[in-house]
Formats: sequence, C-alpha cells, structure tokens
Amino acid sequence: MTQLQPDANGLFGHFGGRFVAETLMPLILELQGEYDAAKEDNAFQRDLAYFQGDYVGRPSPLYFAERLTEHFGGAKIYLKREELNHTGAHKINNCIGQVLLAKRMGKKRIIAETGAGMHGVATATVAARFGLPCVIYMGTTDIERQQPNVFRMKLLGAEVIPVTSGTGTLKDAMNEALRDWVTNVDDTFYIIGTVAGPHPYPAMVRDFQAVIGHETRAQLHEKEGRLPDSLVACIGGGSNAMGLFHPFLNDASVKMIGVEAGGKGVESGLHAASLNGGAPGVLHGNRTYLLQNEDGQIIDAHSISAGLDYPGIGPEHAWLHEQGRVEYVSATDDEALEAFQICCRQEGIIPALESAHALAEVAKRAPDLPRDHLMVVNLSGRGDKDMMSVAHHLGERFQ
Amino acid sequence: MSASEEITMQRTSRLDQCFAALKANNRPALVSYLTAGDPNAETSKRLLQGLPAAGVDIIELGMPFSDPMADGPAIQKAALRALENGQTQAKTLEMVRSFREQNSTTPIVLMGYYNPIYRYGVERFLADAASAGVDGLIVVDLPPEHDEELCQPAAQHGIDFIRLATPTTDAKRLPKVLSNTSGFIYYVSVAGVTGVSAPTPERLESAVGQLREHTQLPIAVGFGIRTAGQAATIGRFSDAVVVGSALVDCIEHASTPDEVVERVHSLASELAESVRGCRKGS
Repeated sequence: MTQLQPDANGLFGHFGGRFVAETLMPLILELQGEYDAAKEDNAFQRDLAYFQGDYVGRPSPLYFAERLTEHFGGAKIYLKREELNHTGAHKINNCIGQVLLAKRMGKKRIIAETGAGMHGVATATVAARFGLPCVIYMGTTDIERQQPNVFRMKLLGAEVIPVTSGTGTLKDAMNEALRDWVTNVDDTFYIIGTVAGPHPYPAMVRDFQAVIGHETRAQLHEKEGRLPDSLVACIGGGSNAMGLFHPFLNDASVKMIGVEAGGKGVESGLHAASLNGGAPGVLHGNRTYLLQNEDGQIIDAHSISAGLDYPGIGPEHAWLHEQGRVEYVSATDDEALEAFQICCRQEGIIPALESAHALAEVAKRAPDLPRDHLMVVNLSGRGDKDMMSVAHHLGERFQ
Repeated sequence: MSASEEITMQRTSRLDQCFAALKANNRPALVSYLTAGDPNAETSKRLLQGLPAAGVDIIELGMPFSDPMADGPAIQKAALRALENGQTQAKTLEMVRSFREQNSTTPIVLMGYYNPIYRYGVERFLADAASAGVDGLIVVDLPPEHDEELCQPAAQHGIDFIRLATPTTDAKRLPKVLSNTSGFIYYVSVAGVTGVSAPTPERLESAVGQLREHTQLPIAVGFGIRTAGQAATIGRFSDAVVVGSALVDCIEHASTPDEVVERVHSLASELAESVRGCRKGS
C-alpha cells in the first residue's frame, strides 16, 4: 500500500514538512485546522460540488482520441479534457476550493504567485466571483512572455505586481507572495497554485485536483468497463499529475508516468527536471527535489513552457519517485513542440505547451504498446496563451 | 572532564558570558547583522574584523541564500552581491575561523536559511561551525516542529539555537517556541520581512514584557530598527538590539571598499554609543 496521507508534520516519507518562518506557523496551523474541518463539512462539500459543476463546467470529458491513436498505431489513447474547464486549464479546480476556504475563514484579501499566468488567471477569476481584492505576483521575465494572461488578470480586477527580485520567474514570484503573506498576516489568504509549499498545501491542493482522477476512473469504467493501464501527465510543480494519479495509487496494475520539462536536454543543464536533474533540498516551505548547485543555491529552471519553469516539484512526487510508484521522465522543448503540432493536426485540439510535454511521452511510448492498452493523458490546459511563443519557435512572424 | 567537553563548555558560554557582562554594566547589547561575502570576500572580512572595535557586542553573520523569503530588499540584494562574488558556506565558515584567531570573546551567530546547511550536510556543517568558533545559529525556516533537523544536533555540538518569536506567536504556542532555544531569544518586532517597517515602541515594550514572563533568556529585538534613536528606545527594555538592513544599506550606497568599511563602522559606532548610553539617567 502506498502512503496516501502525510504524517502529522506534513511529511510524505522524508519529503514535505513545514519549513517556514515562525510568523507563518500559526497561520499554517490555522489553515490546516480549517481545512480538516471543511473536509468533513457537508455544506462546504456541497458548495464545492456546485461551483465545480455550474461554474467550472465539470465533469470534463474523457475523450477517445481516435486519430492520435491511429497516428501512433499502438495504445488506445484517451484525453482527459481539463482544457475545457472555465479559464482553460485544471488550475481552477484548486482555486475554487481554496477561495471557498478563504470565505469560510473570513479572509478579506487573496494573493497568489503565477508563472505562465494560468494560476494567476484562475485565482483572479475566483476572487472576482467572490468579490475579494486580489494581488498576483508575477516575475518580470514571465510578464514579458505572457502578456495576454497579464491583461486577463487585470480585466478580472486583479492587481499584477511585477517581481524583479532574483531572476524574475515563478520561484521569485513565490518568494514575494510569501513576503506579502508574512507582512499581511491578519486578513490575507494565500492561494498556492501547485502541490508544493508548506503542509497542508501539498495535500490540500492535491485533494482539490483529485477530482480529475476520480472522474477519469468513473468515465473509463463506463466506456471500457475497467481501469486504465497507464496514466501520463506533465509536471512542473505537479498538480495536474497528482490530481490524475492520486485516486489510482493503490491500483497496482495502473502505471503512472510524470513528464518533466527537459528544456534543451537534462544533460545541457538548461531544464526544469527537478527529479531527473536535481537533488533533495528545502525551499518554499517543503523538502523536495530541487535544481540547486553544490552550495545549496537554487538554480534557474529552463523550459519553453512557462508553467513548468519551476526549480522544484511537489514533495509527494519526490516521495513517489523514491518509492518507484510513479516513473518520472522528461521531454525536451523540441519534443514538446513536435507533439504540440501533432495534437493540433490530428485532433483539432491546441494543447498548452505544458500538456504537450505529456503528449511527447505518448509519442515515445504509445507506438510500442498493444492496441488494448488503455492510456489516459491529462490534457491539462489549452494552448491559446502559447500562440506567441510557439509562433516564435516555429519562425512565424506577425505583422 | 575530557578535552572535548571542556571546549564545549567554553563554547556554550560565550553568549552567556557576554550577556552576563552586559547585565553587570546595566546596558543592552548591540547586535549587528551583515551578510558574509557582501560586497565581496575581502571587504566583508575587513568589515567583520572591525565590528568589535566599533562597539558591536554580538555579531550576526548572514549565510547568503538565493531565495531569502523572510528578507526585505536590502538583505536580498546583499545576498545576491555576495553570491555573485563567489561566497560559499565554506568561505563563510573560514571567515569565522579567521576572525577567531584575533578575537576569542565576541559571540558570532550565523543566520540564514536551511537549504545551504542541508546541502553542506548537517553533521559536517555543525562540526565545521563548532571548530571555526561559531556560537549560535538562527535558521529562519526551521520552526520547532522540525527541531530534530538541526536544533537538537546543534546542541550536541555545543552550538546555541536561537529562535525567533513573532507578533503572531501567541501564548499557547510560545512554550513550544522557547523549548530547545538557547543563547537568547530573538523577538521579531513586526510581522513582515527584514528592514522594511518600523515597530512602535509602546507595543514592543508590552510584547517584550509578556515574553519575559515565559523565559529567563535574554531577549533581543530586531527587524526594522534603523536609527540610533530607535535603538536607544528599544534598548531601554530589551537585552539586545539588532540592526541589519541599515548597515547593509551602507554597503550598497558606498562606491569603494574603503568607503564601505568607513560607512559601516561609523554607523555601528553611532549605534553602539547610543545603545551604551540608553539607560543612563533614567
């Protein structure tokens, strides 16, 4: 049996924990208490189900990708269509849950970090829906390459604060959000966007995302009458992957593959593959695998996809990696771009560059698998936000 | 008593001796914070060597980290300057070792984040720190819930583990924060990051008073104390006043190494004079 819950100190094996400044400890303990109570509260669960349905648009379809299946000529491929959610990615599953918790706790202000901007957009969306002022921290490098999402957040009423410290990417945005939280301890709720950060965030975000796996299980059972043989998802911090994987962890026959961003190749040093190219360390409240140098200084991640551009990974993934329960591989920028185009042309679906990393692994794996092998791929987001960077990489110029 | 036990006893007492002497003189300590290797190794070494003569009683030496979540802009920039100029954990320990060759009384407390220590290896770090002459550690992201990581092993090496108490630490949680704390307790004067907002003396005095009901340890106050005037006000009711960002700002604003050293040491002297006189005539 795989350990499904962290221990009292928030540890999965020796990963996770609560490595935060004393100022934040009481807040984190309070959050944990409130979340534990909310889990048992029928009214909270009813509200959550209502918003997941009528606002987010769940359940998302489990779609048989007939043309992709033919294209690769092996495994039968299903796509879990998280890109059809409101705001265009899986991120909102978690944001709806956390904003309901914020309301329950009487918090008056929402903050979040964002990399590609999808979590920022989802957070700004739920903050607008619940009438809460919202501040989004975003690195200046990411603001530059994700202009449309910056504008979306502003339209939704959020204040986007550019983060110039460090290297101006997701990790620095997270540092700055933590600095805000430590300064505004009385009224602020921090919506972390992935299965990382201090306990209870990794388990809480996972629980809100596990709706992906629970639906997949029921939908595949209806279509095929059985469990999937393999699950494939991309990993930055790892929330869409954990959401899909977690409900299947104790089904030994289900193979799981997490795909990290290989950037220019793990051997090049320019990548975001924390498990395949990092080492254990402590950052942002948890112990996990990190990209770092010999002296414990954090190294910048590199990926074509801003959403995977993070030098760490959720602690539960680090633990599942060491347990060998999930296989973690990587796909390069070029492999992801190739898979991105295949998906566009074969299925008429423009995937997010993040999700294209999962599709790149499908391209490597599916052709050699038998036709009765059921493979579910998490199509975690849509690619509209990536038009400019894909065009740039394909040599297309706009007037 | 074995030789190693003797060394341990001597080491644990450096902070205690310092506070005992200050108490006898009825004055608080001036604690200075500088980041090791800021702006570069050579200047940083000169800064460190000159602090006792400038009147600093206890030295906090920052171990630079790429992601200093609890620090404001001044100390963030200091860490980046140090790292860009090649500062490492080993070099920081070497700075302490070389300081100790000339000074055996001024306590040195290393302050920073856990990852560079974790990566160095906890046991190896503690052994090297103890032999270099480090007296205490302040590690911002290690709350008492993780005492087995570093706090308890540090005690085995005779190194004090100094914990932060904050405005959010309530009476229920305080005993947990105080347990295993030694050397002194560091009261964080405001909820926030280092060097940004100033605390109000009235609220601080009452917070320090409440803390005293729970501990015999000396109480240092820091975060946001920038001027000699503030230091004197807070020194009247606390056992130590910590100044960091204001000193670090001197480094940023100076244009030559000599100017860096001159500015930092003259601010330290000004602060020291103010702290030394703050209880006289009252």
